[in-house]
Order: sequence, then C-alpha cells, then structure tokens
Amino acid sequence: MRIRCPYCGARDNGEFSYLGDAAPRRPEGMAAEPAQMFDYVYLRDNPAGAIRELWYHAAGCRSWLVVTRDTRTHAIAGVAAARDVALAREAGR
Amino acid sequence: MRYSLLSVLGQALRGQRDWTPQWRDAAPKPEYDVVVVGGGGHGLATAYYLAKEHGITNVAVLERSHVGSGNVGRNTTIIRSNYGLAGNIPFYERSLKLWEGLEQDINYNAMVSQRGVLNLYHSDAQRDAYARRGNAMRIAGADAELLDREGVRALVPVIDFDNARFPVKGGLLQRRGGTVRHDAVAWGYARAADGRGVDVIQNCEVTGIRRENGRVTGVETSRGFVGARKVALSVAGSSSRLAAMAGLRLPIESHVLQAFVSEGVKPLIDGVMTFGAGHFYVSQSDKGGLVFGGDIDGYNSYAQRGNLATIEDVMEGGMALWPGLGRLRLLRHWGGIMDMSMDGSPIIDRTGIEGLYLNAGWCYGGFKATPAAGFCFAHLIARDAPHPDAAAYRLDRFATGHLIDEKGMGAQPNLH
Amino acid sequence: MSTTTLTRLEGAGPAAAPPSALRLQPFRTVSGGLIDRCSPLPFSFDGRRYMGVQGDTLASALLANGVRLVGRSFKYHRPRGLLAAGSEEPNALVELRGGARREPNTRATVAELYAGLEAASQNRWPSLALDALGVNGLVAPVLAAGFYYKTFMWPAALWERLYEPMIRRVAGLGRAAGADDPDAYEKVHAHCDVLVVGGGPAGLSAALAAGRAGARVILVDEDFVLGGRLNAERREIDGSPAAEWLSATLAELRSLPEVRLLARTTLFGVYDHGAYGAVEREGDHLAVPPEHAPRQRLWRIAARQAVLAAGALERPHVFGGNDRPGIMLAGAVRTYLNRFGVLPGHSVAVLTSGDDGWRTVDDVAAAGGRVAAVIDTRAEAPPELRRRAEALGARVIAGGHVAGTRGRLALASVDVAGAGGRTERIACDCLAMANGWNPLVHLDSHLSARPVWSEAIHAFVPGPGHGHGPDAGMRAAGAAAGRLTLAECLETGGRAGAEAASACGFAAVAPAVPTTDPEGVAHVPLWRAPRSRGKAFVDFQNDVAASDIELAHREGFRAVELLKRYTTLGMATDQGKTSNLSGLGIMAELTGRTIPGVGTTMFRPPYTPVAIGAFAGHHRGRDFRPTRQVASHAWCVENGAVFVEAGLWRRPAYVPRPGEGDWMVSVSREVETVRARVGLCDMTTLGKIDIQGPDAAAFLDRVCANAIGTLPVGRCGYAVLLREDGLMMDDGTVARLGESRFVITVSSAHAAKVMQHLEFCRQWLWPGLDVRMASVSEQWAQYALAGPRARDTLRGIVDPDFDLADAALPVLGCAAVTVGGGIPARLFRLSFSGELAYEIAVPAGYGDAAWRALMAAGAAHGICAYGAEALSVMRIEKGYPAGAEINGQTTAGDLGLGALLAADKDYVGRLMKDRPGLADPDRPVLAGFHPVDRGARLRAGAHFFGLCATPSLAADEGSMTSVAYSPTLGHWIGLGLIRRGSARHGERVRAYDPVRGGDVVVEICPPAFVDPNGEKLHA
Repeated sequence: MRIRCPYCGARDNGEFSYLGDAAPRRPEGMAAEPAQMFDYVYLRDNPAGAIRELWYHAAGCRSWLVVTRDTRTHAIAGVAAARDVALAREAGR
Repeated sequence: MRYSLLSVLGQALRGQRDWTPQWRDAAPKPEYDVVVVGGGGHGLATAYYLAKEHGITNVAVLERSHVGSGNVGRNTTIIRSNYGLAGNIPFYERSLKLWEGLEQDINYNAMVSQRGVLNLYHSDAQRDAYARRGNAMRIAGADAELLDREGVRALVPVIDFDNARFPVKGGLLQRRGGTVRHDAVAWGYARAADGRGVDVIQNCEVTGIRRENGRVTGVETSRGFVGARKVALSVAGSSSRLAAMAGLRLPIESHVLQAFVSEGVKPLIDGVMTFGAGHFYVSQSDKGGLVFGGDIDGYNSYAQRGNLATIEDVMEGGMALWPGLGRLRLLRHWGGIMDMSMDGSPIIDRTGIEGLYLNAGWCYGGFKATPAAGFCFAHLIARDAPHPDAAAYRLDRFATGHLIDEKGMGAQPNLH
Repeated sequence: MSTTTLTRLEGAGPAAAPPSALRLQPFRTVSGGLIDRCSPLPFSFDGRRYMGVQGDTLASALLANGVRLVGRSFKYHRPRGLLAAGSEEPNALVELRGGARREPNTRATVAELYAGLEAASQNRWPSLALDALGVNGLVAPVLAAGFYYKTFMWPAALWERLYEPMIRRVAGLGRAAGADDPDAYEKVHAHCDVLVVGGGPAGLSAALAAGRAGARVILVDEDFVLGGRLNAERREIDGSPAAEWLSATLAELRSLPEVRLLARTTLFGVYDHGAYGAVEREGDHLAVPPEHAPRQRLWRIAARQAVLAAGALERPHVFGGNDRPGIMLAGAVRTYLNRFGVLPGHSVAVLTSGDDGWRTVDDVAAAGGRVAAVIDTRAEAPPELRRRAEALGARVIAGGHVAGTRGRLALASVDVAGAGGRTERIACDCLAMANGWNPLVHLDSHLSARPVWSEAIHAFVPGPGHGHGPDAGMRAAGAAAGRLTLAECLETGGRAGAEAASACGFAAVAPAVPTTDPEGVAHVPLWRAPRSRGKAFVDFQNDVAASDIELAHREGFRAVELLKRYTTLGMATDQGKTSNLSGLGIMAELTGRTIPGVGTTMFRPPYTPVAIGAFAGHHRGRDFRPTRQVASHAWCVENGAVFVEAGLWRRPAYVPRPGEGDWMVSVSREVETVRARVGLCDMTTLGKIDIQGPDAAAFLDRVCANAIGTLPVGRCGYAVLLREDGLMMDDGTVARLGESRFVITVSSAHAAKVMQHLEFCRQWLWPGLDVRMASVSEQWAQYALAGPRARDTLRGIVDPDFDLADAALPVLGCAAVTVGGGIPARLFRLSFSGELAYEIAVPAGYGDAAWRALMAAGAAHGICAYGAEALSVMRIEKGYPAGAEINGQTTAGDLGLGALLAADKDYVGRLMKDRPGLADPDRPVLAGFHPVDRGARLRAGAHFFGLCATPSLAADEGSMTSVAYSPTLGHWIGLGLIRRGSARHGERVRAYDPVRGGDVVVEICPPAFVDPNGEKLHA
C-alpha cells in the first residue's frame, strides 16, 4: 500500500500508523455526556466501502492525515492533512 | 456411513463408490426455530450443540458461500488456553477440553494435535508477565510451565541462542496447546450437525433482518425470506455489516490478518512457538509446511489480502528467531478478515433486540474458540442466559467498564 | 528449417566437433541451442557424477545424460520425471547443494547449472530407484482423497502417539538445512514509470515502446536468459530467425538509459497502489555467492503503470499413467530441443488437442529424433500437418486418446485408443502432451480481480476489472492476455507498453508490428481421457487423481475451494499451475456445469516460492532491529557494565566491580552508594517532548489529568496521562521553562506512543490551539544524580554563577544553567529514588563529556554509576509505579493517584474513567508487600490469596507486579495490585506462584518502604 502524504509524497504504508475511523467526534467540554463519550470511544460504523480514516506519518513528517479509502479494494480516493480538515470542521461549527 | 478404518477399507475394495455427501446441500424451509447466520466453524458448532445439548434441531445454518469459506479455513490452526484474565481462561479451557474429545464426538478426524504452545520471553519483565499469566492458568486448572533458557533449548534447539538481538531467556509452555486441521473442523461440524437434522444451507446470503414489534421474525436472504424465532449471528469479519441490518453499531472493526505457509519439508519443529521480541509465530503442519504469521496489517479492511510491509516484518521476525529458515521458501500468503474488538476479547451475548443473538469480536483468536463458542452460544440461544464460562463476554461491558483487555492496549482494535 | 538456423545468442561460437564431455551426454544434440558445448560443467545427482554445459539447467543437463527418473511423488511415491521446463515444474524437486546451504524442493528446471553443482533426489528411501514407500501405490485405493478424516480416530490416544508421528515422518518433501543460513540477503527500493513483467516477445515490445518514449522502465523476467518462448521455438520475425529480432531488441533496450532489464528476477507479488515485490537471484547460479554479495535481493518496486506479459503455461492431459517419466509437456519438449540442445527421447509420441502441439513434430525430426506417432484428440487432424508428420514416418491417429502407459521407471510405450475403439500399443520413450495454454493471470489476481473465461482459447484471461484503477494500472499483453500467437504478442505488447507510458504522460507510440511466420491455434481441449487404465493424475506433486475429484464430487465438495481443500488439488509447491484447470474441467464435467460455472481459484502470492531469507534481508541476528545506545554508552562499555535490552535501547543494567560475583551484590552496592553518598544514572532513554506556544499550558491541561496550567515557571510537576478510555497511558514530569514553554518527559517505553497521542490531540482534536511540539529525545542526554552528596557533585560541573542551594532550586524546581564553562544545560530537581536528586540534561553531543565530568566531580564524594536495576530497586523502595503497574489495565485510582485528578476541567479520559467497572472499590489497587519470613524471596507474577483460601479464579485477589531485594531494608519487598489493598495494610495473604513452585506468606503494607515522609528528598 502506498499513501500520498501531502507533505512527503507517496510513501509505503510501513511508514504510517493507523488509528481508525475519522468520523467520530470527540464530545468536548464539561457538558459532554458519558453516553456520547462511550459512543465516540467504542462504537464504529466499520463500513465495507468508503471510509475516512486517520493515519499518522510516524516515520515521516509526523502529520496526522485523513485518508479516504475503500475498505473492500484499498483504493485511496484522497488524502488531506488532518489539521486542515479539523480546522475546516471547526470553522463550519 | 460411520467413519472408521473398516468403512474406509471396505470402500477401498469398492472403488470408494458408496460415499455420499458429507452433509446435505439443503434448501431453506420457510421457518426455523433458530437460524444461525454464518456457516463457518462457530456457526456450525453452534448448530451442532443446539441439536446435541439442547435438542433444538429445527435449525438452519445460512452460509453466503460454502461451508468453511471464511476464517475457519484461513487461520494458522492453533489451539491453546493460555490466557491470563479471569474472563477468558475458563472459556478457552472449556474449548481445549472440547477439542480433546472432539473427534470421537463428531466422528471426524480433525487431527487435534497437542504438541505444545511455547511463548518465548526475552526480558525479566516479560518473564514476570508470563508468570502472572501461567499462574492464572494453573489456578484455573489449565496446564502451564515456565521454562528457562535451557528448558527452551531442549524443546527448540534450532532457534538462535547465540547471536540474537533480543536473546531468548525462556518461555511459557502449554503442553496441551497445539494445532488442528482447520478445514476438517468446519466439515466435521457440518456433517455432525446435518446428521442431527440441521439444515446446512450454502449459497444463501442474508440481506436483511426482519423485525416486528421489536422482535426478530426472520431474515431476508438471496434465496428468499426465512422465518425464525431466533436469529444468531456468527459471522466474524462481517459482524458490523450484519448487525447494521438490525440497526446496531458494534465496538468492532474489521482488519486483515495475514498468514503464511512454506513449502513442505521433513519435520523441523514439533509444537507451536511464538517470538516475544517481534511479530512471528510458527508451527509445522502434518504435511510438512511451516505455518506462520505475525501481526495484523493494522488498517480496516474487507479485502482478504495484505501488504508487503507486514510480510517483511513477519519474515524479519522469523529470521531473527530462527536463522535456519533463510533458504526455506514461502509458498503462499493470504489474508483473513478479523473482527477486532475494542478490548481484544469476544462478545457472546444478546443484543437488546429480542430474538437476536451475537457471537462476534474474536480478533485473531476465533479458531481455537470454535467448540466452546458453539457450545456457549448454543446455551445462550437455547436458555436465554449466558453460559457461566462465557458470562464475561457481554456486549455492554464496554459501557460498564468491565473490560477484558489481555494486552492492556485499550480501545484501539489494531493494537490487540 | 534446420537447427543450424537458430543463432547462438550467448556463449561461444558455432559448435565444432563435440568435445569429449558431450559424448557422455547421449541425448545432447550436436548443435543448436543457447548453450556452450565447449564449456562443460561437472555436476552430480544422487552421488553420481555427470557432465553438463554452460547454459544448462539441472533439468536439461540430467535429460542430456539420459536421467529420466528425478523424483518421487508426495503420497504414492510414484517414480516421476520432468514434466515441464520452467518454474511450473511439479515433479522434479531436488535437494540442491549441501550442508548449511541445502535447499530442499528446488525445481531442477530453474536451477542453473554451475560447475560442481550437487543435487539429490528427495522423499525416497533407500534410493530413488528403489523407494520403499512405493508400496503406498499398492494401497492407493485406501489412500483416496480425505481418507485421513475418516480414520485414525480409534483408539483416541494413538493419534498423537502413533499415527500422527508416522504421518509427519513420511510427509514433508525435502530436508531443510538444519543450520543457520550462511548467505546474506539485501533489499532495494526502486521506482519506475512502467514495470514490465516478462521478457518474452510481448514484454520486450512493451519495454521498447515505453523505453523509446523516455519512460523509466523496469523489465523483470524469472529466467536467466531474456526472450521467453522465442528461445524455445523455431520462429521467424520479419522473415529472419526470431533470434535476430531478439538480439536487436535487447541491444536497443540496453542502449536506453532509463530502461533496466532484470533477468533472474521473479515478480512474485502485486500489492496495493502500484507496489510490487520481486526477488532477484544474484548468487544462485554460483556455488557460493561472492564475498560481500548477497545470495538474493528483494526488490520493492513502486510503479506507476505495469504491463503483465508473463506468458502462458501449457496444460497436460489427464489419462491413466500420465505421470510416467518421459511424459512431458510438448512445449517443454521443444524447449529442451531448441534451447538446450537435448532430445527428450529417441522416439517421441505427441498427444495434442490442438494445432500447436504439432509443432513438436518438426522440431523433434529436425533435431534427429524419431516421431513415433501423433495422437490428435480432435476428430479430424489438420490435413497439412498430418501429411508432414506422415512424411516423417509418424503414425497419425485422429480422434484418439491415450488409454494407458507402460514402463517401470520410465516410459516404454503408450496404449492409444483410436476413434473406432481399437487400441494399439506404440513404443516410445517420450510423450509430448499439448492441451492448450493457460495465460498467467496470477499476478493480475493478486489484487483480488477475478479472471474471466475465454471461449476463444478455452482458458481464463485477465478480467476487465483488473488493476484496480489509476492507483495500480496494470494491463496484460501477449499470451498473458490470452493473445497466444507470436504476432499477437508483438502487437499487444507494443501497444500495452505505449499505453502505459502514455498514461504516465509520455508521448509514446507502439512500435511497428513485425511480420511473423504463420501458426495455427485451433484447439479443442480434452479435460480427461474418456477411458483409461490406471491412476490419471491431475495434480502430479500432490498425487491428486481424477478419481479423487470424483470422490470429492460424490461427497459434496463441489465448490472449487472445497474441492481444492478436500483433495489438496493445487496446494503443492507449484500451486496448481499445471493442475487447477484440469481439476475444474473434470468437476465441470461431473456437475454438468461450465468451467466458469464451477469457479476459479484465487491465486495468492507469491507467484513462485520465495526464500524467507530474501524477505528478511539483513534484518537478522544482531541487526534484526536497530540498537539505541545511551549517552554514556562508551563509558559503560569501558567500565564493564552489564547491559539489558529495553525496547530498542541497550541500557546499562548495573556496573559490576571486580570481585562482585553476583548481580545482586553489584546492584545492592549501587543502591547503598546512592542512599549513603551519590550515584549517577543514565536517563537518556526517557522520551522528551518540547511543547511551545501561547496555548501550551491550555493544551497540557487537556492532555493531562491533573492540573498543569497553574505550574509556575521554573517548576516541575508530575503528569498523569490517561487514554480516552480512562485508563492510565503513562506518567511523567512536566517542567515549565517559560510562560509558553514546557518540556515533558515520559517513560522510555511509551515515548513514541505519547508523542503520537499529543500530535493527535494537537492536530485533530484541538487544531485551534496555538501550540507546537517536537520530540527532543535524541537532542538531550539526561542523567540522574542522586544521593546526599548529589549537590556537592553537581557543583563540580555547573558553572559557578548558578546557585544550587535548596532555596534557589527547591524540590521540583527547574532551571536553565550552563556547565563546563558555558555549555547550556537544564537542571531539574526530580527524584526517582527518594534521595536528594537532580536530573541534568545536556545537548547530546556533550553527553559523554558531561557524564565523565560528573563521575570525576563525584569521585571525591564516593560516586558510583548505577544502572536500570538499582534504579528499579529504589523506585520500588519508594513505591513509585512503573511499567509493570502502568500496564494498560490499571486506572489512576488503582495506582493511588486518584486524588491528583482534576475535577474542574475536561481532559482526555475524564468521562470514561468513571465507568462502574473502573470505579469499582473492589478493584485490585497498589500496595506494598513484604515477606513475613524476612528470608523469603518474592517473585513478580505471583497471585494473591487469602491464607485459608483454595486457589481458584474466584478467590484470586490480584498479583505481585514488581519485586526487589532491598539492601536498605535487608529483605525482599514487592509492589502489587490487590483488592481493596489500601484498606488492608497489615493483613497477611499468600503470594502463590505455582509456575515457579512459590508460595510465600506476605504482609500488605503501604507501598513506600523507605523514607515514607520524603525527608531525604528535601535535604
């Protein structure tokens, strides 16, 4: 597998480590409910198909990335810097 | 026909003409007491024990492909009960005991072979962790021995004791662990379940789970609706997809785990051995191939194949432990899709939807669990109460914090 | 056409009078082929000495010497000879080389001959000709597919004691070396625009098209000679022998700077996104690889486009006795004739189901062999071909099949059933089988693409879905694409190469397609002979016969995967290359379905077996993983330190002094020195993360469970990090160097994980926080200086302007200082031992000097270096949790840290830590333990039970996590986790350790054993 890091170019997947689905949002703040946090920490859609997921370029630039990938074929549709995605998400809040 | 040396000899004289299908290629009936989804080892064992232990024979096993087409035929065939936590040990010990009598029970030689499972340690801290685990096993009535370096050398003189980056200091040995001919487990249970009246229905894909008034009434399939009072999911690798048909989200991710086999050679090692300083474990099949594996590839996948980085990592571990492997050749590698759960342990439980039962989350440990998973799942389905040996495998344990996390890796499935 | 028209490509000029060695090779032709008859190579097989020539494989050399019998089959131990001439060979497996270099299961067809080659047959006893287990053949009716699933069950105990050991001994194939592999391997990364798999006419055309356009091209071929079947057939291109086109094409490719041709290189696997694995056999054609050269090299190739031009494999016929030595694939017969100058037999019969097999007739005759017969299984033999064969004296039988064969250890005759039902016996010592070709779709299916059935060539070809889109564009060409004729190979290869280069942005055009001599491809496959006598083998190596497929059908194993697993069809070292389709064909016949209706089997990597050593490369022995050395490593080595592996780190465990015979003596002396005077310990392994920015304090308050933001500048604090699931991730220290600058140190083992977690929090959870971080673990050497004389020692290296008095630098103070005359350093008043202690960090480059300076400065105060063992003893004496307690299963509360957790802020892990299972007061919590009998030894891993309890899981109260012999107290002490432990101080329990025969009564106590009130710390 090769992942196109926006900063480093296409690299072998051995350089990256994986966290998982990027969809769950951490419930922030003191008002967050345990049930919401449980959902964030433990429950996954685990789709057979397209998923946006978090990878970390551990042996490279140490960027977290949001990779859009098909779990049936491994085909990658896009890669973005996670911080950019997160900032856009914050802006859209 | 009962299987025995006599029947085989008799058929040899008759050109093997009288054998019949080992299980009927059944067509779905309109309704069953229990529909088990998934014709793998666990599903077939569940159906078998439903019939044998609970007298429930109006049972169908629905398999989207053919019997044993999933992980029961893709694993590295190891059985063991060397777990360290109270939630796990009695369950896996029951499994090992069921393995020990399996062949006579189902009249099928699955080649259960207790040639020992040896986990190597390379540091004092690892030794103490294995001691903690081995003691727990002994306390629960399982067998465990803590070996020092010389004890390991006596068992596996072939490995590197002299030039290793992480020298072997000893190992935790479970002599009753070993290997089983994996496909034969599925076939044997299919034949035995069929013999007790269970319908094993192949090429029948479940596409929906029908519910009325909050209770399950049956499943939609590629071969039409099949009614059922109880539906039992036993579809490791696809658990999330099936659960989603009933509106459930699970604490599970699907990951690919690769396995490897070498060309066959004359006997080199007897039992199963795991490297404690890298991702590598190995045994040798009766046919002579070294069967080995390592860690999961580490990303969500339904593709049943892995990548080169993981393959190299496994082989590096192999060569570090056992430099004599260099000239042996890798014959084939493949991937299976694991239900990786959030604490590394499985789920055998009701689902909150009446009549829907779940057996899932086996990570890479499902094969060894096959008999006990079937046994305990059947108990749960028949009696609507968990079997004591599987009582810890609750679906709500993630919410309540009663985790069974052997490795202490937390809610990150790819680390278990 | 005669053999002399085949131009020699390599080696010496035209053969003159045959050298004497050739006279010893009765089946060697006088001329022709890609061999050098003037370079004889002696070799041995089963101890007998033979002579081959340069350019031979072991297989061709054996055949040249008239050696037909080369192996025994797996189950029935039937005598077997060569079936093929390439890597698909199922029969001719030998043990190549000897001693530590012995390579079992080596296909003689791909083993290049070298002078002194030694090979032995395998899986036979006492000899190849007289194999005792040949008796298995007599009981073959019992040993049908899957018989073992039905037997060996009674009595149960005998399976493991008798049956299985017996089976294991007779199973297996060759013998592994049984010694460490003495050769080296290496790995290389390569990138290219167009990867071409296969160096035959299609692959070379593709490489030419892409290479001419300027694309970076890598062409790989498993063979040691490029050209593919051009080397095996007598063909013409543009009116000249094909060899001329071949040498001109190779010359042009070699002249293109961006084209790399790799012979002896097998593309074994296709992985996601254009990643490919190949193995180059750099030294396998030599007796021993040259010094400093690898035996094999693993290529990891990242290619933007790929052309699959791997060719096709010929299919055997299935009939009774089809495995007798001398029965070969027709294409292999032609390869031996045309490439190796070897006549596979004096009298050759041809069994074919298509026009293609007839080509063998001319080739045999041209080489001086006799064609005994041509049996065409089709009702009509092509008249023109028939006339030519008959002119050569061959008997031609159309609409016939082979109904049986004879000969003890080699073929003597075949019984041919004619169309009219009459059977005639034809004497021959070689039968050439042609039953169509299977395109090599293997690599295409590695990415899970399913091949599709082609009615045109009666074989599976790559399906439309192959390659998986732009990430891994792979296109097939030539025979691999089912375009079997030479003309099609040249045309589709050139086109595929041009398309691949164009897809990479090059202006590429397909080369002009040369003309070729005509060839017939009409073909009607016959999956098995309608009636024949004896076992009709489908999978030769695994001894799977047509009758086994019938049995599988009878027992319900009809799905292709079930068929395969039940009969072991296609599971041998050739992975079904010559057998899968016959198996499918027979199952289709039995079930009345079409072949694609029965299914296809997925081909898994590797394409051919690959040495495990090649995958591992140099990652073995001490180079398995890198070694990280601490800053004081050189000093430690000079002073005889004993090291311990801690992850990748090699840490000094203790530094023995002369006369200290036992590790415990040394460790205790180190502890006593620290507690009485002063000691120096290397803490460089700690993870150090520099965190800066206006929001640094706010950030740390979110990632740490305790209050951090209120830490004053110039102070250190304890940091508790939780995972989001509420359990302990790690603990560490935070030092506030400035208003917006912190350094956090975390445990060595968790350094990478914590860094990754903090970056996750920064980049993904809270991107709005203005904070940046860098790992500075490598940049700073860090030492702990501990003991009553620590300050005095420190004074010796810290520059005099800095006040080290307790008031200026109190417990948990930190300061930037300079040492040794202006070298910047950081000083932290932190203690892991409970003593007056400092951690001092200096730039890594000064690490060695600073260590030596501290040792020198401390000499007057009685300093000693102490290692990881003494460090651990002292932290246990103080009751500080470490890796054995922070094991991923414990909460902060379990470790007595609950009171530190902040109640008034959100932080990672806040909510999940309160789940009932984690907040349960009955959970095992940290406590101290000492043996009631002070002479008793404690061991970590022991479980706790009440004194009257019978050990059981239900009665289990927890376990000992860390133990040490405390020289301070003079007895063993331990830390452990026990139910409600903090409320049970003074209670006695058993520490039960059956795996080591231990059972010790211990008393529960507070975890701090030494100086519980911390008085020494504040000295």
